[in-house]
Amino acid sequence: MTHYSVWSLIKGGLTGQKNWTRAWRDPEPKSSYDVIIIGGGGHGLATAHYLAKLHGVTNVAVLEKGWLGGGNVGRNTTIVRSNYLLDANAHFYEHSLKLWEGLSDDLNYNVMFSQRAVINLAHSKPQLDGFARRGNAMLLNGIDAELLDRDGVQAMVPYFDYSESARFPIYGGLMQRRGGSARHDAVAWGYARSADARGVDLIQNCEVTGFRIEDGRVLGVETTRGFIGAQKVGMAVAGHTSHVAAMAGLNRLPIESHKLQAMVSEGLKPLINQVYTFGAGHFYISQSDKGGLVYGGDLDGYNSYAQRGNYPLIEHVHAAGMALMPSLGRLRLTRHWAGVMDMSMDGSPIIGMTPIEGLYLNAGWCYGGFKATPASGWCFAHTIAQNRPHALNEAFTLNRFETGAQIDERGAGPIPGAH
Amino acid sequence: MFIIKCPYCGERDVTEFSYGGDATRAYPQDPAQATPEDWHAYVYERDNPRGWHVEWWQHSQGCRQWLKLRRNTLTHELGRTALPHEPLSPDDDEGSDA
Ligand SMILES: Cc1cc2nc3c(=O)[nH]c(=O)nc-3n(C[C@H](O)[C@H](O)[C@H](O)COP(=O)(O)OP(=O)(O)OC[C@H]3O[C@@H](n4cnc5c(N)ncnc54)[C@H](O)[C@@H]3O)c2cc1C
Ligand SMILES: [Zn+2]
Repeated sequence: MTHYSVWSLIKGGLTGQKNWTRAWRDPEPKSSYDVIIIGGGGHGLATAHYLAKLHGVTNVAVLEKGWLGGGNVGRNTTIVRSNYLLDANAHFYEHSLKLWEGLSDDLNYNVMFSQRAVINLAHSKPQLDGFARRGNAMLLNGIDAELLDRDGVQAMVPYFDYSESARFPIYGGLMQRRGGSARHDAVAWGYARSADARGVDLIQNCEVTGFRIEDGRVLGVETTRGFIGAQKVGMAVAGHTSHVAAMAGLNRLPIESHKLQAMVSEGLKPLINQVYTFGAGHFYISQSDKGGLVYGGDLDGYNSYAQRGNYPLIEHVHAAGMALMPSLGRLRLTRHWAGVMDMSMDGSPIIGMTPIEGLYLNAGWCYGGFKATPASGWCFAHTIAQNRPHALNEAFTLNRFETGAQIDERGAGPIPGAH
Repeated sequence: MFIIKCPYCGERDVTEFSYGGDATRAYPQDPAQATPEDWHAYVYERDNPRGWHVEWWQHSQGCRQWLKLRRNTLTHELGRTALPHEPLSPDDDEGSDA
């Protein structure tokens, strides 16, 4: 594997760019592994990286039914933040943010992590009070937070509608300076390349179609490329969790699959230098390094496994966007797409054990799983290697809905579409 | 985009309707006798099928009545609609009346 550095770039420039090798191998599956990870999205690949790097578990395969990074990791709007109120979430996402801060070095791959600040806009005094409370909780948990008034927001972005007659007048916002965005594909590719270099087999076009389980213990998985044995199997299939888990007899999980769309405008010179969320209008926006405005809104609103969006929501998102930023109406939408979200019943993820020995579950990421990628892989690798959760993920159990220990950050109740 | 056939109003644009989720879940018959497990199953557990799904919709911008719709979550193909008290199963094969 070529180590990427400024020297390898210069060398490539001088030698006709012939020094570059494949970023990862394309191996045939072995008959068995110590650990199989199902799903070559961000979380599956990160898990493989940390298993190999931190736990010395390298006889690992990641099985992906399509191509690496073809799922939500390559479809999301890349917002990274740790501005949570509840302790379990705050500690987990802050651990993730810290891993983000060192990720490009850790992977020797530029994930283009840009700490350009994330700002949640407030539209009433009570909402601003609520934000102050969340900001104080963050500060108590050692996480950076700043409360902005209207002038503070306007100084950063002059293009919003700041008038009193705006649909939702802007009162201020809660800012996390260390939040920002990253390049989604690079995250998948960086973890893939690093895991492969440590001996992990990344096996694409290999769909898991069943499990072999005897006496309550997993023995391996059936795939479109034959049976593959394993001591331990970790599931990280995001929106496909319910039906993959059902193959292992884990029926009726507390998850619904919904689709979320993303939209990108034509490219522009720098216009929006931070990430803004406009919760009152169901809209959020940032600008990519290529110049396109990247934005989105709510779920399409009904259960779906179709990786494509519908028009009513595109119209809704644009209406909301223009209520916040009227100049948006002068731009053309150039691309839009959708991903399948694993919406959990309290809006928080599940990372942990299952009733089947040797089978582990990573799911329920809702629309926030991209920022979680490093910590999710880190905690899942720990859980699989040690056969018990780490303190950072011990609250994210599958059975918390039975025991009443939900982690409902938004207080939205058991309505998955509302988180 | 799809068009839902309201049993009262006929074919209407989906934007006139609000979604009410999985309609195969049954509220505990005798709430006073229901166990915590029964409530957990009703409130939190979902089949979440990748295929045919029977779901609640309310014609909120029209007659305001609730209805059941059979819809494929993978292809977005629509099956028939039914009144709330009528049985409708994800395996219903009476074809589409949309
Ligand atoms: C439009 C959109 C915007 C979003 N915006 C943000 C955001 O701004 N910030 C944020 O933090 N999060 C965001 N998210 C959420 C985030 O993208 C997801 O929560 C996260 O990517 C899910 O984890 P993953 O990367 O492992 O999933 P995926 O990349 O979906 O990986 C799962 C993989 O499993 C594979 N798979 C499924 N079934 C099988 C099988 N039977 N056998 C083998 N492989 C299988 C799939 O092909 C897929 O590649 C957004 C999502 C979408 C769709
Ligand atoms: Zn009607």
